[in-house]
Amino acid sequence: MIGSPDLVAFTKEDEYGETNPDPWALPEEFSVPLYPLADSNPWAKTSYAKFTKDFILISEFSEQVGPQPLLTIPDDPKVCGTFDLNYFSLRIMSVDYQASFVGHPPGSGYPRLSFVEDSRVVLGDSKEGAFAYVHHLTLYDLEARGFVRPFCMAYVSADERKIMLQFQELSLRFSQASECLKTGNRRAFAKELQRKLRDLEYTRSVLQKEEGLQREAGPQGIYSAHVVEKANELANVEKSIYEHRDLLRQISSYPRRPRRDPHAVTCPKCMTECLSECEELLDKYATLANALNYTEKRENREEGEGRAGEEGGEEEDEEEEEGVKRRPSYTPQLIKAKSAKCFDKRLKTLQELCDETFYEATVELLKETERSFRGDLCYLHTRRLDRALRRKQQVTNFLFEEDPGDEDEEEGGTLRPFCAVNHAVDNNTLTHPPPIVLCPEPLELDALEPLEPLDPASETSHTQESELGLGESHLDSSPSDQTLETQESSEETKGSFSSEKSGEGQAEGEQSLASMKSEPPDPDPDLTPDPDHNTDPERESSSEDIETTAGEDEADGGDQTPVSLLEGVSELEASREDECEEPGESRCEGLTEEVCETDSELLVQIDTACCMAQEGFLYDASVPDSVPSLGHSSHPQPPHSLVVNQEPQALLPLQGDYAVGSPRSESPAAGLELPVGSLGDAVSRCSAEDGSDCTMSASTGSDRAASPLGYGGVVTLRQRKKAGQGALKFVRQYPFALQALWCLLSGRTLVVLGADEGRVRRLVAALALFVPGPGRCGERVQAWLSCPFTLTDLQRWKLIGLQRVASPVGSSMLYSLSRYSRYISILDADQKTLRCPPYRGQLLANVADHRTYIRRGSTYFLHVQSTLSSLAAKAFLFTFTHHLHLPVSSREGPEGVEARRRSFLQEQLGLGEEDSQILLYLSQLITQQYLQPATGGSAAAPCFSFNYTTSVLYKI
Amino acid sequence: MLRWILGGREAQSAVEKSPVLCIGEEQPKNCFTELQVLKGHFDIVRFLVQIDDFRCASAGDDGLVLVWNVETGEKLLELRGHSQQITAITTFTCTNGDTPHTSLITASSDRTLSLWDPDTGNRVQTISDLQSSVKCLLVLERLCVWVSGGAELCVWNKDFQLQCQRQNHSDTGVTALIELPKNCIAAAMDKEIVIYRLTVSTDSSLSVAEIRCLSDHQDYIRALINVNDGLFASGSHVGELILWDATDWKILAYEHILWEESQADTQAEIRLGAPKPSEMSIQHLTTNGKLILAAVGSGLYVYSILTKTVVAYRKIAHDSNVLHTMLLSDSELMSCSEDGSVRMWEMQDLPLPAEPASPGFFGMWSFGRTNKQTGPPSKKIMEIPSIRTLELTGDLIGHSGAVQMFVSFGEKGLATCSTDHLLILWKNGERQSHLRSLALFQKLEENGGL
Repeated sequence: MIGSPDLVAFTKEDEYGETNPDPWALPEEFSVPLYPLADSNPWAKTSYAKFTKDFILISEFSEQVGPQPLLTIPDDPKVCGTFDLNYFSLRIMSVDYQASFVGHPPGSGYPRLSFVEDSRVVLGDSKEGAFAYVHHLTLYDLEARGFVRPFCMAYVSADERKIMLQFQELSLRFSQASECLKTGNRRAFAKELQRKLRDLEYTRSVLQKEEGLQREAGPQGIYSAHVVEKANELANVEKSIYEHRDLLRQISSYPRRPRRDPHAVTCPKCMTECLSECEELLDKYATLANALNYTEKRENREEGEGRAGEEGGEEEDEEEEEGVKRRPSYTPQLIKAKSAKCFDKRLKTLQELCDETFYEATVELLKETERSFRGDLCYLHTRRLDRALRRKQQVTNFLFEEDPGDEDEEEGGTLRPFCAVNHAVDNNTLTHPPPIVLCPEPLELDALEPLEPLDPASETSHTQESELGLGESHLDSSPSDQTLETQESSEETKGSFSSEKSGEGQAEGEQSLASMKSEPPDPDPDLTPDPDHNTDPERESSSEDIETTAGEDEADGGDQTPVSLLEGVSELEASREDECEEPGESRCEGLTEEVCETDSELLVQIDTACCMAQEGFLYDASVPDSVPSLGHSSHPQPPHSLVVNQEPQALLPLQGDYAVGSPRSESPAAGLELPVGSLGDAVSRCSAEDGSDCTMSASTGSDRAASPLGYGGVVTLRQRKKAGQGALKFVRQYPFALQALWCLLSGRTLVVLGADEGRVRRLVAALALFVPGPGRCGERVQAWLSCPFTLTDLQRWKLIGLQRVASPVGSSMLYSLSRYSRYISILDADQKTLRCPPYRGQLLANVADHRTYIRRGSTYFLHVQSTLSSLAAKAFLFTFTHHLHLPVSSREGPEGVEARRRSFLQEQLGLGEEDSQILLYLSQLITQQYLQPATGGSAAAPCFSFNYTTSVLYKI
Repeated sequence: MLRWILGGREAQSAVEKSPVLCIGEEQPKNCFTELQVLKGHFDIVRFLVQIDDFRCASAGDDGLVLVWNVETGEKLLELRGHSQQITAITTFTCTNGDTPHTSLITASSDRTLSLWDPDTGNRVQTISDLQSSVKCLLVLERLCVWVSGGAELCVWNKDFQLQCQRQNHSDTGVTALIELPKNCIAAAMDKEIVIYRLTVSTDSSLSVAEIRCLSDHQDYIRALINVNDGLFASGSHVGELILWDATDWKILAYEHILWEESQADTQAEIRLGAPKPSEMSIQHLTTNGKLILAAVGSGLYVYSILTKTVVAYRKIAHDSNVLHTMLLSDSELMSCSEDGSVRMWEMQDLPLPAEPASPGFFGMWSFGRTNKQTGPPSKKIMEIPSIRTLELTGDLIGHSGAVQMFVSFGEKGLATCSTDHLLILWKNGERQSHLRSLALFQKLEENGGL
C-alpha cells in the first residue's frame, strides 16, 4: 500500500546521531544544526507544495465511506489551497500501523476491546510535495465494527526536515491531543454502555415477565415452542448484558493498564475522575447482575434449548441493542429482530465520540500546536534553544525575560504535563449540568433509579413506573436513533462482528453460566462477580500484551530513529515532563483558589473604598501582591489563565479610588481606561508609526491609544520587540538616555512627565524594556497617570507616565513630584530634560550609545536583551555567592564581608560605585523573589529601598 | 530649584514662598534607606505603643487597634471592638509568676475601656458604662492598679474593678497623668496641676485624696512629664515650662520660652509683632533625665536640667506644628510635625560664634537674623556659653498627612503614624539587605541548593 520511496528513511541523517564527545562543545540541545546542503540556497522555496502553510489534518477511516478528511487546523480553506485532502487522507490512513485487532482473541468469550497504542509515522508524498507526521489513534464506538473507529491526525508540511527534526515534539503534542481525545472517548463510551445496559435490563425484565406468564399458562413440565423461543430471547438478552458489563469493566480497567507509549501522559485528574466514574458504573451493574443471577435459577434448566438458538440469537441480540434504545415506543418483540444495515446507520461524529469538553480541548491543543510550529526550522530551533537556556535559569528569569507562562501561552503545552481540559473551568462551569465528572450520582441515573429491580417481587411495579418515566430517558438516547426506522428492515447485513464472535461468545457464555450454575444461589450481591474479577486481570493483560506489542513493534520502529536524532532534546523533554508532572495538578487547583482570592479581595476593596477618602490606599495589597505571586510560580499558566482575566476587574477599585479621590481635569476615561481591548490596536499603530516617526514628535491629538504595556494584558514578545524600536529611538535621540536607563536599572522610579499622552505612553513602552522584574503584565509600569501619586504608588510602580496639567490638580501633582523628588527621577518629555542622580558609569554605555549603528528595533531589542541577560547573570552570581554576604570565619566582622563585597564588585566585575547599584538592586530583587514564597508575600508589605543622593538636571 | 518642573508662573511663586527648611537630597547621616508602608487603618492614626521589642500597636480615629510586627511589617492582629475613636492607649504589664505579660488598655470616645491580649487578640475585659470618655490612662505598676482620667478620676485594679473615683470640679477634666513618688499622682486639669494621693487602707481598699492644687500656669497645660525621680515638668499653651520638685511640689525653675527668645532677639520680635499663642504653645515634652526637649509651636527647644537653661533651639524646625519629639541620645533628637515629615537633628557645638545657620533655614526670619549676625546672637552666646545649634541631619518624607507620633525600635527601625491613615516603618536598608541575604542562604541550605 505504501510506496517505498514515499516512506521517509529515518536513518538518513545519521551524522547527527554520532557526535564525538568533545568536552568543550556545547551541550547538544544548545547546538545549532548546520544546514545540510551547503550549496543550496536556504531561502529558496524548496517545495512545490500546493499549500502555503503547514496545517493539521484530522481524518477518519470510516467504515462506510473509507478514508475521509474531517477537519483541518487552521480551519480555513485557503490553507490547503488546491491540495487534495481526500487523496491525502487516503494516503495517511493507509499507513496505519496500529495493531487494530478486531473482535476477540481465541479463548476469551466476550467481545474484547482492543487497547491499542497510537502509532506514529512520517510519510512523504513526493508528487504533492507534502510531508506529514501522521498519528493514528483508535476510538471506541459501541455501534462501530469491533467497537473501534480509526482516526488519524497529521501535521502536514512542505518541509521534510522540519518534520524529521521536530518529530519528538510533534509526537509529544499529538500524543497529548490523542490522549485527550481518548480520555473523552472512554467517558463517552462508558456512558453509552451504561445507557445500553439500562435498556437491556429493561428488556430483560419485560421478557422475563412475559416468559413467566407463558410458562404458568402452559402445562407443567411441557414447554411449547413459543415458550422456548421466549426463553432463548431472554437468554440472549442476558448474555448481552454480560457482554456489555464486561465491556464496561474493560473500559474502566483501561487507565490502569501499563502504558508502553512514553508520550502517553494522561492528566491524573482526568484519569481518576474517569476511573471513579467507571467503577461506580461497574458497581451499579454488578449489583444488577446479581439480582439477575437470583432469578436465573429457573432459567438454567432451559439453557440447553436456549443454546441451540444461539447463533440466531446473536444477531437478534445486536438488533435488540439497537431497538431497545427506542424506549418510549419499545414493545418486546416476539419475532426475530432485524439488524440495521451498517451503511444506513449514521455514524457518530468525532465530537459525539468524545465528550464535548474534551473535543474542544483537543482542538484547542491542536490549534496551539499549529501555532507553535509556525515558522521555519531555523526559527523553531533557535527558539527552542532559547527556551532550553531560559529554563535553566529560573531564578533570574523574572528580571528581564518574558514570563515563561506567557511563552507557554504562545507555544502550547510542551512545558506542562498535559491536561488540555481546563479543570478550573470544569469546576466552575460544569457543576450545573453534572456529567459523570463531579456528581457522585449522575442525574440521568437518578431519574431511572426505579429501574433497578433489586427486589424481584416489586419488579413489575418498577417496570410500570419506569414506563411512566420514559420521557426523560428518551433525551439521553444516542444520536444513532435517528436512523432507526431503517434498521427494522435490515437483517442480514449485520457486520462481521457478530459472526466472528459467535463461536467464542458461545463458549464464554457457557463457561460463565456454568460457573454460575455450580454456585449456590448467593444473596450477597458482592460475591458473585468476584470470580470474574479474579481471573480477568491476567486474562486481559495477556491478551492486551499481544495487542500492544504487536502495535508497538512498528510504532517503535517509527519512534526510535528520531529519538537518536534528537536524543538530547527528548531527554530534556522527558525530564521536564517528570518535573512538571506533580505541580501540574496542584497548579490547576491553585489557580481556582487564586481566582477566589482575587474575587474576595475585590469585594473587600469595593466595600471599603466607599469609606475611603484617601486615594489608592486600600487597594494596594491586591494586585501587586497577587500578581507577582503568580509570576513567581515558575510554572507556566494554562493558556486561559483565569487570574489574568480577572485582573482588569480587580483594578477597577483602584481606578475608582483615583476618580473619587481627586478631581481631575481629564475626562474620567483617562484613568479608568483599561488598555485591554486596545492591545492589538496599539501594536498595529506602533508599527505604522515605526516607519515614519523618527524624531518622536508624534502628531498630537490622535495618540490616545493605549500602550501595549499596562494592566490587563500579558506583555508578549512581539510587543517587547516593538518597544525595542522605541527604545532605540530614545537612545539615539536623548544624550541622557544612559542616565535614564541607569535609573530604571538601579531601581529608582522614573517618572515620564508630559502633556501629550501618546508621546508619554510611547516613551514608557520603550523604557519598560529596562524595568527589572516588570511583572507578568507589566504591573511595575504605569503608562499614564493623571492624578497626584503617593508614596505607595512609587513603591508599586518603577516607571510612571505622568500627565502634565496646568490646573489646581496639576499643582498638587507637581507638589507630589517635588515632595517625593528624592525617590524619583523625572524625565520631562516636553522640555527634554532629565533630573536624576549623576551617573558616570560605563556598564550601560553599549546599550545607551546614541551613536549606535543599530538601525532596526528588533536588533536593538536583542542587543539589549543580551546585555540585560549578562547583567542578570552577574546579579545571580553576586546574590548566591556565599562569602560576599556572610563571614567566612567566626572572627570576621561585617567590615571584612563588606570589603570583600566591594572588591568583588569593583575588581572582579569591574563596576564603579553607580554601576554597583544596578547590581545591588538586581540582587535585591532576586533575593526577594527567592524568599517571597517563604515569607508569604501578601502578609507583609513590600519594601521600598532608596538612597539619599543629590540629583542633577540633564538637558539636551 | 523646581522651576523647571513647574508649568505656570503662579505655581512657581507659590512653591518658592513656602519656608521650606530643606536639607537637600544628600543625607549621609540618614540611615533610613528603606521603608515599608503599613496599611490597615481607615482613619487618622494617632497612637503608637511599643508592646515588646518587635511589636507595636497602633490606634486611631477608626476605633481599630492594630498590632504589627516591626521586623517583617506584618499585621499580626486587628483588635476590633471600639465603635469610636481611641482616645488613649497604654500597655499594662502584669507579672504572673515569673513571666511578665503585657496587655493593652484602650479608652475610646464611645465611653468604654478595654483590656486586650496582644498575643491572642482577645478582648479580655471591657467596661462600657462610663459616664464620660477617658482622656488619659496611667498604669501604676507598683500598686498593680491603673488610673483613668477624664471628667472624673478613677482608679481600677488589674481585674478592671473600680477601686475608687473622684469627680473633678474643672470643666476640661484630666488631660494628663503622671506618677509621683509616695503613691502620688499628678493630674493636669486646664491651668492647674492637682496632686492626689492614693492610700491603701488595712482592708486593702484604695482611696484617693486631693492634697494639693498647683495653679502657677497662666494657660492651659498641654504637657506633663516625669523627668526623673525628683523632678517633673509641665508645659503650657503660652510657652511656660515649669520644673517641679516631685516630693514637695515646689517650682524649681520657670522658663518662659518665648520670653527667652524675644529677649535674645528683640529687634526681630519687634519687627514681626507678637507671636500668636499657637506659635509658642508647648505641644510636647520629652526628656532623658538630663535634657528636656520641648516642642514649641513649630520649633524645638532643648532645656538642660543641670544648668536650667535652654542649651539649643531651632525656632522654626518644621513648616508646621511639631507633634511629637524624642531624644535619641544626648545629642541626637527627632521630631515629627503636621507638615508630614520626620526630622532628625543633632546638637552641635558652634565652632565659631559667627557661624550662622544656613540662611534658608529660618525662612521669613532669616532677613533679620542674617543682618544681625555680629549683634545680639554673639552676645547671647557669650552670656550663655553652653548654647549649641540644632543641625538637621536628615528628614523622612513619606506621609502625605501630619505625622502624629513615632516609636523607635532602635536598629530595627522607626515606626511613624499619620493622618493619612498609614504607618510607615523606616529601616536601615543595609541592615535589611544583610538580613535578607542571611535568610536567602538559610533557605538555600534548607532547600539543599537552588
